[in-house]
Amino acid sequence: MTDPAEAHLEVRGLVVQRGGVSVLEIDALDIPRGLVTVVIGPNGSGKSTLLGALQLVLHPARGTLTLDGESMHADPVKTRRRMSAAFQEPLLLSMSVRANVELPLRLRGVDRRRRRELAEHWLERFGIAALARRHARQLSGGEAQRVSLARAFASQPEVLLLDEPFSGVDAPTREGLIEDFAEIVSQTRPTTMLVTHDRDEALRLGDHAALLIEGGLRQTGKPSEVFDRPADRAVAQFVGMENVWAGRRSESGVYQAGGVRLASTAKTVALGAPALLCVRPERVVLTRDEDGSGNQVRAVVRTVRPRGPVVRCDLTSARLGLVADVPLAAWDELGLAVGDEVTARIAPADVHVIEDSD
Amino acid sequence: MDLIWDGIREAARLWWSGDGEIIEITLRTLAISAAATALALTIGIPLGAVLALRRFFGRGLIVAAVNTGMGMPPVVVGLLVALILWRTGPLGDLNLIYTPTAMVVAQLLLSLPLVVGFSLASIQSVNPRLIGQMWAMGANRWQVLWLLIRETRLGLLAAVMAGFGAAISEVGASMQVGGNLAGETRVLTTATVLETGRGNFEVAIALSLVLVVLAFIVNLVLTTVQQRRPVT
Repeated sequence: MTDPAEAHLEVRGLVVQRGGVSVLEIDALDIPRGLVTVVIGPNGSGKSTLLGALQLVLHPARGTLTLDGESMHADPVKTRRRMSAAFQEPLLLSMSVRANVELPLRLRGVDRRRRRELAEHWLERFGIAALARRHARQLSGGEAQRVSLARAFASQPEVLLLDEPFSGVDAPTREGLIEDFAEIVSQTRPTTMLVTHDRDEALRLGDHAALLIEGGLRQTGKPSEVFDRPADRAVAQFVGMENVWAGRRSESGVYQAGGVRLASTAKTVALGAPALLCVRPERVVLTRDEDGSGNQVRAVVRTVRPRGPVVRCDLTSARLGLVADVPLAAWDELGLAVGDEVTARIAPADVHVIEDSD
Repeated sequence: MDLIWDGIREAARLWWSGDGEIIEITLRTLAISAAATALALTIGIPLGAVLALRRFFGRGLIVAAVNTGMGMPPVVVGLLVALILWRTGPLGDLNLIYTPTAMVVAQLLLSLPLVVGFSLASIQSVNPRLIGQMWAMGANRWQVLWLLIRETRLGLLAAVMAGFGAAISEVGASMQVGGNLAGETRVLTTATVLETGRGNFEVAIALSLVLVVLAFIVNLVLTTVQQRRPVT
């Protein structure tokens, strides 16, 4: 799967094995220059393995990795010095914050004065200039992760490889850190690969997405496309398409699934052909009454689970199970309880259709 | 008890008067043991790092040999070195038997397994992901070793102390390969054995106290370095 944007990093025929078993197989993947590519997928899908291969710390059984058209393995140290990495753990060394940030520059032989200048600049950018003299062991989790990111930027890398750098910090800290990171990355535009399993993070930071499942590349594209228009059932399940119904096209733009008729404006399949109809739970709107517009399904509320800012409802209608995420305010207004009958409204534009080959 | 007090008094007198022979023996002891320790560190730390970081055929055997070596009786090492350096031995032509060099070799063989073992344990305890980060930062092989030494300096100072302690305190091997020749290969331990045999307990006690104080000072310095606040 390649994309038309100019590729900075190219992965071709990559196979990484562990104990003789392939854990990652990618035919082709291009990482566009100056953009943030989010690498998403469930646990064990090979995201970190891909990053490890690109950092040249994992040795592929087969395949080529190129940076600007040159083999990354030709001179691994030289290649690594064009890149930098940050992980879920800050992985700071036993030295001061400033010394940690200066370290990649020191390894590259940058003189002391320039090192100091760059370290101070990046500490300032990440809002931790006051911590410069503090020992790395005396930092909070959020502070340490800021140091780790400042260190990653300090060597002014062409390529940034980030493995869930925001997932190890608490929610409020994370929010501020992502905000600062987004601003810095939009200004400096390094080619970035960001491994994440967080949908919001992927949508917010990613220009491009690559989705891995069971060691294989299943879909690439804009993050919103991957999340809203999954390529197959497995991708749909991973991206949180809670409603995936097997159906058939009955007429132009209309499908039958579980005894329910659903219109869709999405790409079509041949008449009578099997299809998977996918709807995100937040796209299912519940009302007490029918109002005659769009897809309307009468259903009964079976279970109710509060999930932060929404209430997740499991509903049944004829032979169809539905899942809806209702915002708290709307939920309070509806005043629903288990056993109540409601109308589930789904806009035709929100019904994504996948050709069902199963 | 009188014997002991007389010994301590004699030791104080010998120190106070700056006895030439004691000073000479002390300096020779320090030089031989420091050389053996320095060589053991030069060889042992990289070897410990390789054993900690790499997986290869025969690694388990080498680690087992290192662990055995950590408890190797000095007389066995002395016998081995003596057989090799003996005039009719494989390296007899070098004429090293009964020289300080032979003693350095013997002490090196005694302290090397300790240095390798302590280095291996220290470096193995480093988070493997931190080592991955060192590579990711663009470090070359030697820079990774330097960062590992820096990161494990507490454990490695323990290796220095153990290595130096093994070298300076052993007597059997030094006697076997050095011969305890006055003015040439006599060190504090061998001199102590000799004076005890002669019944010169005052001198033996004086020599022993010098040895203990010397070992204490070296370890005090190393411990101070080890335990001070982390440097930036």
